[in-house]
Amino acid sequence: MTGSYYGRPVIKEPVWQPEIPWYFFTGGLAGASTILGVVARLARNETLAKRSLYIGAAADVVSPLLLISDLGRPERFLNMFRVFKVTSPMSVGSWILLVSGGASSTAALLEATGRLKPVKYLAEAVSAVAGGPLSVYTATLVSDTAVPVWHEARQELPFLFGASAAASAGAAAAIAVPAREAGPARRLAIGGAVVENVVMTAMERRLGLLGEPYREGEAGRYAKLAKACTLGGAALLAGPGRRRRLAAVAGGALVLAGEAALRWSVFKAGFQSARDPKYTVIPQRERAAKV
Amino acid sequence: MLDSYGAEAQERVGFFTDTSVCIGCKACEVACKEWNLVPEDGLVWTGESYDNTSALGANTWRHVAFVEQKEPLRGDGDGEVDALRWLMSSDVCKHCTHAACLDVCPTGSLFRTEYGTVVVQEDICNGCGYCVPACPFGVLDRRHLPRQDPPALPLITKAEDGRVLKCTLCYDRLKGGHEPACAKACPTDSIQFGPLDELRERAEQRLEKLQAERWNGARLYGNDPDDGVGGFGAFFLLLDEPEVYGLPPDPVVTTRDLPSMYRTAAFAAGAVVAGIVASFLGGSR
Repeated sequence: MTGSYYGRPVIKEPVWQPEIPWYFFTGGLAGASTILGVVARLARNETLAKRSLYIGAAADVVSPLLLISDLGRPERFLNMFRVFKVTSPMSVGSWILLVSGGASSTAALLEATGRLKPVKYLAEAVSAVAGGPLSVYTATLVSDTAVPVWHEARQELPFLFGASAAASAGAAAAIAVPAREAGPARRLAIGGAVVENVVMTAMERRLGLLGEPYREGEAGRYAKLAKACTLGGAALLAGPGRRRRLAAVAGGALVLAGEAALRWSVFKAGFQSARDPKYTVIPQRERAAKV
Repeated sequence: MLDSYGAEAQERVGFFTDTSVCIGCKACEVACKEWNLVPEDGLVWTGESYDNTSALGANTWRHVAFVEQKEPLRGDGDGEVDALRWLMSSDVCKHCTHAACLDVCPTGSLFRTEYGTVVVQEDICNGCGYCVPACPFGVLDRRHLPRQDPPALPLITKAEDGRVLKCTLCYDRLKGGHEPACAKACPTDSIQFGPLDELRERAEQRLEKLQAERWNGARLYGNDPDDGVGGFGAFFLLLDEPEVYGLPPDPVVTTRDLPSMYRTAAFAAGAVVAGIVASFLGGSR
């Protein structure tokens, strides 16, 4: 029996609001979409390139709004750029988002107006380079806390978030692009969804006791929803979605819904593990006993 | 740790909280609130012994824990088998040598003072909340009470305070050459303030004495510079396992693993790019 102080938590639950899991989703979508756009441009699929760029830029515009809205003092959001701190994934992430957002919105504006092509390509390239880090850093951010199910999942979470980001970008593009030009987008959505479900299962298994919060309560319900939506959507995209636009839209929407649910699941699991002192105390006791 | 202060660097100071002489008077809680103008955040009866404060947070920078146990106070059978002992301990920010809150703060609001303590600059904090789950002790929290200062930008300013606040080890009093308010108010010297090296020596002696007197479960907590947070600036003498007082048994600064976390993230980012490129292998349309 592990002692506790009237069952009270040892660590504090995060104070983050619903904006944050939604940002995990939009940030991932932005990061992977800008990369998808540039690769499509290189592969000479102009429709996919253009629309992925627009999707990425839109998600890049929504993201900082969500983040600012979550601050306790939103009017001080510029303080994020007082310093650059490598020890703070949030500081690093703020700068990444600034670069990515600035570049993708510039590229999208130039794309829409058809001006300054060299600048547009440069801006696209910059946003794509920032896109990789943008699509995974939020996993590092939550891992870099004392929240047991986040910190101990630090090896898997970036891959989980990365796969989720890739699937989101693929799904969004599969909705926005006519089916005959959306092959890579569909394959990306399907591949991302499959990888993500494999990573999630492996992660829960390896975590042992700390896998519990991912299966229980609200987090567990979101996880089940995520699994059903992502795999169902992937199946639609792999089958009728290859020819029929309506099926592609439905499949893409299901995958997107599943990815949002996945972010919510991870988010809620963190709160659940912070709330119950056993998830903090028992692993620390076991670690201390090993030394 | 204080090299960057050059000639301004001071001796590192801290607290040694000796819970074996704590009488649960809560003078520390009151003195802290009074001196630091920490607002009242609700009056409730918890039914948890004499503790109606419950936990550290934005509006509680000293918290006295009360634990009632059916345990003898001394190892040689102080009293009968059904003896009751009452543990009391005044908890506070640990002012860690390796402080996760300070590491993760994206604005530089949290900083290391010339005394080696960890302080939030209230005029810089934008309430991002990252330090809250980063602290392995659950010390920091956002202040949800109504905002006192006038709104800076009417449309986006929130009604609540929204900043994170915590123990400053009375930075202002240190600057004036005074000891922190809680230590000053403590009537039994359970809270001792001073240079950290001196406190560690004193704590060792105190522990030896208690062990010689066969006190049940006496141990030091947070005095070891080789522990997961590099030792606490505010450490404790406890009479039971840390978790009994609501403290983590083996706290580790989360940023210790940050280099490996960044490596993993780099691989994952590479995998995302590779996955996107791979999705074009079956044709570009």
